[in-house]
Amino acid sequence: MTDRPLTRNIDMSRAPFDIGQYRAAGGYGSVEKMLKTMAPGDVLDLVKNSGLKGRGGAGFPTGLKWSFVPMGDNAPKTKYLVVNADEMEPGTFKDRLLMEGDPHLLLEGMMIAAYTIQANTAYIFLRGEYLRAEKLLQNAIAEAHNKGLLGKNIQGSGFDLEIILHTSAGRYICGEETALLNALEGKRANPRAKPPFPQVSGLWGKPTIVNNVETLCNLPGIVNYGIEWFKGLGLGADAGTKLCGVSGRVKNPGCWELPLGTPIRELLEDKAGGMCDGYALRAFLPGGGSTDFLLPQHLDLTLDYDVIGKAGSRLATGTMIVLDDRTCPVGMVGNLMKFFSHESCGWCTPCRDGLPWIDEIFQRFEKGGGLESDMQVLTDHLEYLGPGRTFCALAPGAMAPLGSALRHFRDDFHDHIHGGGCPWQR
Amino acid sequence: MAKITVDGIVYEVNPQNNLLQECLSHGLDLPYFCWHPCMGSVGACRQCAVKQYRNADDKIGTVVMSCMTPASDGAIISIADAQAVKMRSSVIESLMISHPHDCPVCEEGGECHLQDMTQMSGHNYRRYDFKKVTHRNQNLGPFINHEMNRCIACYRCVRYYDDYAGGKDLAALGAHHHVYFGRQEEGTLESEFSGNLVEVCPTGVFTDKTFSEHYTRKWDLQTAPSICTGCGAGCNTTPGERYGTLRRIVNRYHHDLNGYFLCDRGRFGYGFNSSDNRITEASLVSSHADEKGVRKPLTQQEAQRQFDALTAGDVVGIGSPRASLESNLALRARVGVKNFYAGFSAEQQRCMQAVIAINREQGLHCPDIRTLEQADCVLVVNEDITNTSPRFALALRQAVRNRAAQLATDARIPLWQDAAVRELAQNELSPLFILSPQGTRLDDVATETFLSTIAQQVALLSAIANTIDASVGTAATDEDSAEQARRIAAALISATKPTIVSGTSAGSEALIHATANVARALRKYSVQSAAINLCFAMPEVNTMGLALLMEEGGGTLDEALQRLARGNADAAIVLENDLSLRTTPAAIDAAIAGTDSGSAVWVVIDQLHNSFNARAQLLLPVTSFAEQNSTFVNYEGRAQSSHQVFPADAALRPGYEWLTPHDPLSPLLTTSETILFHSAQTLAAFAGAEKLLPPRTGMQALMKSPRQLHRYSGRTAMHAHSNVHESKQPTDRQSPMAFSMEGLSLQKDSSLLSAAWAPGWNSNQAISKFQDEINGELKQGCKGVHLLQRTLPPQSAMAVNSAKAGKKGTFVVYFIDHIFGSDELSAKSPAITARSVGPYLCIGKSEATALGLHQHGLARVSNGDHVVELPVLIRQRIAAGAVGIYCGAEINRHLFAGSVSVAPVNEDDNVLARSRQMFSDLIINDSLINNSESGRG
Repeated sequence: MTDRPLTRNIDMSRAPFDIGQYRAAGGYGSVEKMLKTMAPGDVLDLVKNSGLKGRGGAGFPTGLKWSFVPMGDNAPKTKYLVVNADEMEPGTFKDRLLMEGDPHLLLEGMMIAAYTIQANTAYIFLRGEYLRAEKLLQNAIAEAHNKGLLGKNIQGSGFDLEIILHTSAGRYICGEETALLNALEGKRANPRAKPPFPQVSGLWGKPTIVNNVETLCNLPGIVNYGIEWFKGLGLGADAGTKLCGVSGRVKNPGCWELPLGTPIRELLEDKAGGMCDGYALRAFLPGGGSTDFLLPQHLDLTLDYDVIGKAGSRLATGTMIVLDDRTCPVGMVGNLMKFFSHESCGWCTPCRDGLPWIDEIFQRFEKGGGLESDMQVLTDHLEYLGPGRTFCALAPGAMAPLGSALRHFRDDFHDHIHGGGCPWQR
Repeated sequence: MAKITVDGIVYEVNPQNNLLQECLSHGLDLPYFCWHPCMGSVGACRQCAVKQYRNADDKIGTVVMSCMTPASDGAIISIADAQAVKMRSSVIESLMISHPHDCPVCEEGGECHLQDMTQMSGHNYRRYDFKKVTHRNQNLGPFINHEMNRCIACYRCVRYYDDYAGGKDLAALGAHHHVYFGRQEEGTLESEFSGNLVEVCPTGVFTDKTFSEHYTRKWDLQTAPSICTGCGAGCNTTPGERYGTLRRIVNRYHHDLNGYFLCDRGRFGYGFNSSDNRITEASLVSSHADEKGVRKPLTQQEAQRQFDALTAGDVVGIGSPRASLESNLALRARVGVKNFYAGFSAEQQRCMQAVIAINREQGLHCPDIRTLEQADCVLVVNEDITNTSPRFALALRQAVRNRAAQLATDARIPLWQDAAVRELAQNELSPLFILSPQGTRLDDVATETFLSTIAQQVALLSAIANTIDASVGTAATDEDSAEQARRIAAALISATKPTIVSGTSAGSEALIHATANVARALRKYSVQSAAINLCFAMPEVNTMGLALLMEEGGGTLDEALQRLARGNADAAIVLENDLSLRTTPAAIDAAIAGTDSGSAVWVVIDQLHNSFNARAQLLLPVTSFAEQNSTFVNYEGRAQSSHQVFPADAALRPGYEWLTPHDPLSPLLTTSETILFHSAQTLAAFAGAEKLLPPRTGMQALMKSPRQLHRYSGRTAMHAHSNVHESKQPTDRQSPMAFSMEGLSLQKDSSLLSAAWAPGWNSNQAISKFQDEINGELKQGCKGVHLLQRTLPPQSAMAVNSAKAGKKGTFVVYFIDHIFGSDELSAKSPAITARSVGPYLCIGKSEATALGLHQHGLARVSNGDHVVELPVLIRQRIAAGAVGIYCGAEINRHLFAGSVSVAPVNEDDNVLARSRQMFSDLIINDSLINNSESGRG
């Protein structure tokens, strides 16, 4: 039993465990247990009841997601598991830690997920820049193959699984699961309309589940130690632990595994060591670039999906970006807008043509020449690029930091417009 | 039926459809861009936003995209809701960010869907004050202009060109607001259906380059409902005229036939109308001793007098498959049935007799183009439909997707969810089998293409029929063929709508019978006695019309020429026909020469000069399809009216006017309507044709349908250079249409839809206002009259003579057709000429190697009597033992029918360079151009 199921093997000062070391530490035990004693339906029930929620950002219950995959004799024979390892959310570097620190844990989690939906092929869609993770995963896959943990008739169970590592050509939109599927098929990385959901018609039109790296890494622990253990890890309403990162002007930026329900203050002050000397906390994005700003008054909230949601933001990836009092908030949001604008796939009108306009306005704020009427344009876009108006969640995600910045930093915008540019650069 | 509520009003809807389609079907104005009636929804443009409420108590509602929301029973939506209105206006504001303000110089202006939707959405004032995104444009060839700066990124072009029409060289490139729609590199668009981009694009990115040459606004065009003369499919078109010249052709919706789309021959092949080749005046070769052989122009009156005088005696009349039914009828009436001869080649006439009999046979059904789209298993026999009847090929590309529709239905994915249906089905296609002597442009969606000569095809068809029904045909002689036959037979048997498509291009009666035998055998398996679909493509606009007329008596072309060669006639009248395309030069020479005892005077009535009519003593200029009222009968036996678009030059007259003796007391006798009415009364083959004539009741008795839109401008200025007084509009005594803006409003009577226009809808997408529902029938208007009735009892299989195989050391010849070049008239249009190639020889790789032929080199082709040197195209996919010859306008195909020997000719670099240049314009799937194995695709 462990209270750090995700990172217990991780020590970045050394190379990650090879398969021998990993097995010696109890690795792949969950797979052996599962193949010997559990039917796919048993694993599904287990995961459903564990309360595991997707760690990619949306926080959707994992078991529920899986339950939409058609099973049984009439279901399509070909199904796919796809791992979303295209970690490109600004400020997010948690999956990288898992893949570089303990690649076999991901493979073990994938085997459990693939077995549950009876998929015989699984893809890892890896961010192209993660060269180190690519090498380590490639190596781990080969090791698992050699030990008979992948391939045909794994451990005499009759279950087959091949894992294919695909490195992305690099677009933020590939983190959107249906755009990822299109990219994997060699098509333009445009998202797909839902319904139909990937569970019914996913990769190459076949039932597919797409899960985040961290989500899958939770599975071995759940199979090994059970539901009660997993629920017990969380301090609040949510079960399990979460990788939480902090970036910005803190003394010790990094990524840690914490129980869900840990107060934000503990993450920021104990783990990240608090703000750098001479800097004060102005605000923070709790879950990456596409979440709403929270303020110092929110530091005592706990890292729970619902708690953060009620405060008007999202836990999302759990990787916090800190805004200090000596950095221009308008510049920070402008930087995000430039990113989101550039990463729009160009499919739907509001996102494709709305974000560049916002970007232009922020550039004008920066240089001087911003207009009071620009504020109206920005406000209009909050609704126009909001949920339901666009084809996918990219633009609504971009509106989260923008909308909250317009609420919290109105004076800064005013200074930019009426002071002839960014006051921090004067 | 389900019910939905839109802004408080309840409508009956089909829950299988989406909200946008149902709103448009009910005549509501709801703007959209990316949705297309034929291509379904993808939710890209976000223009069709409406407010949807969960129930009657929900007062807040959610903004949804109507195109992506099913019209489920009980749905409550609002188009007028303020949030929805604001959303739609915001989308327009976005789309306008980089859209140039060039409407005044944009060719789409006045028929621009973007203009219409902008007006409808109420966005007026620009707030965006940064730089616009601009693009470089590409030269896409002679048909299409490219102006990417106008693009609003609705993705319709690639969805049409790639997904619907199977094109491979137009793509969405780049990302975010730099997304670009074009080719990877500049060059001619390869698809034979590229012209539809002009109508699919909601704004001015893709416009008609031939129209640019002599551009005018839509509202300034004079238009009338017309029929395409490019082949025998009978697609409906709307040609437009200004200042006496034809300016363009656009699609005219026909529910059963062309739907929303035309082929590029039909759209861009109109330029012959105003070509330099046009016969513009009557002329007579003088017989006076001092100026013998000199051709002298005649006035119309002189021409008519000469015509009547020269043809007073024994006259042979030769009809034409490209002339109107009325002109053929008038010729027949003038010369008498005993002296009336068919204007097509002997083998064509035999084939047509066989086809007509098949089309009268019970248990078989001749599918219209929409029915072709619904086929779930297709067998194409020999006919290269992409090049002979192109609209069929576009339909078959939809037919192979019926498997996708089936899978989607099973997975409960609505069929309008276009991207989702394609994703689910991936490459699963309904079966399509092709028998062809060479690779075809449909091979990429075919289950299998069997490369085979006519003789092999006849054998295989017999084996297929025999596999289906052992009492029919003959079993295959070798195991490979037996296996092929079993595969095709199994697919046809298990289909619910098996469909067989062939044609008469090969001129092989045996092939037609063998093809029909497969259909006859299939009747054994037909579901609930549904008829088996079997159709034959026709090469010319009125091939079927003339063939039906010949059912009522008359001789063959050979009989006519032999009679003339014997000197047994005083005169020959040839109606709109270049006989050099129908028979050998020797046969024509003999007929013209006659005998010592006498030779006939030749009178040719035609549109364009050619080598044959240059030999006529009297040459009479005739109006084109756009300058006269005509009836054409398509491949199904569907008679359709083609209306005069504009008054022709005074020297030109319709064939039926030249041919009908002028009676000053009853001038109306010479109208197309009276001729048609008379034939319907007197000839069994045309019984019922009078239904084509519009009823003259109520308002129509007093008012005509205008050919000009109400915004037609410049009428008072048009002739001001010659006379400042506004002249009276030309009177049209011949038809229910007027050369005028005045008359019945389209909104009151659209039975003669001169151009689709409705208030707020200036683009062709106004057509939805004239349909009973989206994709439905036109509310008014005539779909044509079927002349062929299934009166013959089901026939048992015909005995088939096996076709001749080639002699040893020779190759069996098949003739190649090209969409751009094979049709006589359209080939003379500049844009089509620019896409045409000269004659060439096609040969397989191993044969070429054995003979020592090089790619693009020269070959000497000989059948013993005749020799020709042709550039060589070595293809990967060609039947063993066969060579293809493309004749173009230069080679008489009747000289080389049968088999030929082939030998290399020493060529120099100039020849190689010239033919390489020529072949680089040719779009085929499997050439070995530049020795690349993959070829162009």
